[in-house]
Amino acid sequence: MKIPYILKKHKVIISLLFLYLVIVLTYRTGWLSSYLLQIIMFVGINIVMTVSLGMINGFTGQFSIGHGGFMAVGAYASVFLTTIIFQMAGSSVPGQSLLGYAIFFPAVLIGGLCAALTGFLIGLPTLRVKGDYLAIVTMAFSEVIRTIIRVSEPLGGPRGVSGIPSMTNMAIVMVFTVLSVWLMRNFLASTYGRASRATRDSEIAAEIMGVNTTQQKTLVFTTAAFFAGCCGGLYAHILQFIHPDNFTFMKSLEYLIYLYIGGSSSISGAMTGAVVFTAIPELFRSFQIWRMVIYALLLIVIMLFRPNGIIGDREFSFIKKNNT
Amino acid sequence: MNPLLEIRNMDHYFAGLKAVSDFNLSLQNNEIVGLIGPNGAGKTTVFNLITGLHKPTSGEIIFRKQPIHGQKPYIIAELGIARTFQNIRLFLDMTVIENIKVAYHYQRKYGIFSAFMSSKSAEEHEIEMSDAAIDLLEIFDLDKYAQNKAGSLPYGQQRKLEIARALATQPALILLDEPAAGMNPVEADQLLHTIHDLRNRFKVTILMIEHQMRVVMGVCERIKVMDFGETIAEGLPEEIQKNEKVIKAYLGENT
Repeated sequence: MKIPYILKKHKVIISLLFLYLVIVLTYRTGWLSSYLLQIIMFVGINIVMTVSLGMINGFTGQFSIGHGGFMAVGAYASVFLTTIIFQMAGSSVPGQSLLGYAIFFPAVLIGGLCAALTGFLIGLPTLRVKGDYLAIVTMAFSEVIRTIIRVSEPLGGPRGVSGIPSMTNMAIVMVFTVLSVWLMRNFLASTYGRASRATRDSEIAAEIMGVNTTQQKTLVFTTAAFFAGCCGGLYAHILQFIHPDNFTFMKSLEYLIYLYIGGSSSISGAMTGAVVFTAIPELFRSFQIWRMVIYALLLIVIMLFRPNGIIGDREFSFIKKNNT
Repeated sequence: MNPLLEIRNMDHYFAGLKAVSDFNLSLQNNEIVGLIGPNGAGKTTVFNLITGLHKPTSGEIIFRKQPIHGQKPYIIAELGIARTFQNIRLFLDMTVIENIKVAYHYQRKYGIFSAFMSSKSAEEHEIEMSDAAIDLLEIFDLDKYAQNKAGSLPYGQQRKLEIARALATQPALILLDEPAAGMNPVEADQLLHTIHDLRNRFKVTILMIEHQMRVVMGVCERIKVMDFGETIAEGLPEEIQKNEKVIKAYLGENT
């Protein structure tokens, strides 16, 4: 049977629409619990978090281990706009209304921009620092962010913020994930992406070839922070309750695991890592405490047999650009 | 005629150790000049100083009438100085064609937003870059490896790729740091040809460090000899071959 051209050309979009329909229909008919639906939404967010971390660690060769910090900035900035302002004014928080969404979308974007600004300010001085030192600085930064939030009374301090409206739904997550991955894919396939990889492979040679490596690293760091910030905004409006401890070092570590398990210098790898390792703890939930043992063993086995990650540095055909 | 590159009274110290002392050099357009000397004479340091990897302690470097000492390496590259490295520094995890395309980055014709949106102009420019890169690779007979990783190439091809990549930045001056290192006489002879060809085809000035005398004497029009950071001789290849000081520096006092 011949597949019509229109289906072939738009096969990615059609498969995504199909996936969306399957998820929504199974949810509506009650097959998919709202808990599992939430996990699927986390999968989308984790994909964007991991791919953006991959931009820094895998593609530019900088070792950042504080990606959760940017997520925290985005989460709190957006929640401030959608919830805290209204709570302080004593009025009710607009929920899933037209007004609610009119505030929510810009709020998530502003969250992303705040994270990007933070990334820029942190990146500018620290990206001159190499390797392990950069790792320590980024980790310290994410802890500082968390501590600042913890002592900021308007941001809920150690009690966290509750009463956040549930604004993020499956459609939003899906559009966000696809759009973000598409944007990052384009960036990485462009001359900027090449300059990043050149910086990773040999900083000296890149400079000698006319690449301003400091600018390049700052650009990537800022961009990745933007996506992480947007993720934070969406994440907060799924959980409906955020707390500084949602963004501990363990959170950043999760993304590092997803990235290196999947394949650090591959978008497909980052995506695979995020999907598989968000799903696995849930699949093994019936094993109770043993599931963390299984998780750890699986990590060891994968690292032993596929040290470059499940995917390595290859890309799925739908991620590849056709002109290279 | 104004020299392309002029270095005046350049000194460089590494924590008190004098690596280069009172170095003077003037390069005219389209020349091939050799920089030779025993190991540790400071030749590579001179290259690092010209390309901005080190800052000279004193003295000045004038390129196309513009002082460049103390500038950042990427700015010096944009101004038109390219180089290769003694220990090859390719982007090993990138393909051969990508290695060349990195050199086009500073000449990019599309901005960050075009890159994110993968706009039509960005796509077109990418194709232009790929075409130019393939043309360049063809000259070096490397086009068949275009999609291979640079790290997978044999040593000799890696050296060629590094020269091709340096040329891709469209330099007026190219610094070759031991291009014939590790090559057998046949390969070295081919290289000799390539270098001559390059100069004529791309209208570049070449300054090269080289230990293989057959290459140096075969291709260089002028030679400068360094020892312990000092210039000990300068002149035509025939003069250098007969120079007492040079023979001493290479062979020692008592031979």
